[in-house]
Amino acid sequence: MNPGVRVKTFKIDGLDVAGREDQTVLDVATEHGIPIPTMCHLEGLTSVGACRLCLVEVVGRSRLLPACVTPVEEGMAVVTNSERLQNYRRMLLEMLFVEGNHICAVCVSNGHCELQGLAQTLGVTHVHFPYHYPDRPVDASHSRFVVDHDRCVMCTRCVRVCNEVEGAHTWDVMGNGANVRVVTDLNEAWGRSETCTGCGKCVHVCPTGALFEKGHSVAEMLKKRQFLPYLTAMRRRQ
Amino acid sequence: MSKARLATIWLDGCSGCHMSFLDMDEHLVTLSEQADLVYSPYVDTKEFPKNVDITLVEGAIGNTEDLEKVRKVRANTRILVSLGDCAVTGNVSSMRNTFGVERVLKHAYEETATLNAQIPKIDIPLLLERARPIHEFVTVDVFVPGCPPDAPTIAYCLDELLAGRTPDMNKYTRFGK
Repeated sequence: MNPGVRVKTFKIDGLDVAGREDQTVLDVATEHGIPIPTMCHLEGLTSVGACRLCLVEVVGRSRLLPACVTPVEEGMAVVTNSERLQNYRRMLLEMLFVEGNHICAVCVSNGHCELQGLAQTLGVTHVHFPYHYPDRPVDASHSRFVVDHDRCVMCTRCVRVCNEVEGAHTWDVMGNGANVRVVTDLNEAWGRSETCTGCGKCVHVCPTGALFEKGHSVAEMLKKRQFLPYLTAMRRRQ
Repeated sequence: MSKARLATIWLDGCSGCHMSFLDMDEHLVTLSEQADLVYSPYVDTKEFPKNVDITLVEGAIGNTEDLEKVRKVRANTRILVSLGDCAVTGNVSSMRNTFGVERVLKHAYEETATLNAQIPKIDIPLLLERARPIHEFVTVDVFVPGCPPDAPTIAYCLDELLAGRTPDMNKYTRFGK
């Protein structure tokens, strides 16, 4: 540890824990084996607090805070799994399901999808909101990859890995509200992108079947993420 | 104790959930000792009976007939079980929803037909604008996601309900399983 870094002591779910001042609540919880559900967060990428699934309570604060971007503080008391949080997390997942078109049974990522997995872990057997059935495009213009916007949950992992790790910044975000979506270049067809290197990192960090490799049928798309911790560790060493 | 009255019904789905029910194999014998199947595609009853204890509903609500049926089921059932992803989420049945009824019918019966292309209009129920999950129309008591939920999942659900308990379906199944 760098001698200049200070250590903060605090509590998570009543357990005494300690973390470096540059760590987040999620970092320290993970180190202590305390599970906090996440989706947009991915080790090796900058955290953005987009999905809100990691919301936690901090005693004395009326607002809920996303654990992935909340720095640790001396003496804070964090609650990670109250009934209120569980209700909000289920509600968030349900909103993700109704906002897109998630037909798990015919999805390339069936059985390997983080959205589907979280629904089961957090106890979502059905959604309480009416489904939107939005008309969203599928772009299969790339020679090796497809983006199916029906399945996109706007976690922006693809945007971040393309910018921060590959350095291409092919992906970005366009529009807002219900019309928000990820785009390649300036909303060009992916196959015509001049910046895409074809590395496939975006495909493999995508938590759902929104990004996948061509040639995979239902449940066949396994995402391989080993490259990310490896690359970040190697770069840190340089 | 008298036997429970069990029913199953098939709406806008592929019958895969009903196939899965049959996959319970020898457990069907055990079930038959505890429940009578009073209405189902498996039996010949024409009218949905009164005073049903448990009804398993497969499929989404896709047309006017589905809607009439599910309302009748609800009115005569103590515990209504949404069986499978079509009933629970709309699933594959709902994949037509983004296109609109007119385009879907045109594509299926005119553009892709090779003989006597025409949209059927006589003696068939009208498609609703969107196929939707059952609980958007009637109150559902138990949700069993899965496409289809496998036989052990259905067996667990029915065993728990027949024993007077509420099944925890998340341990057994999920969307798409």
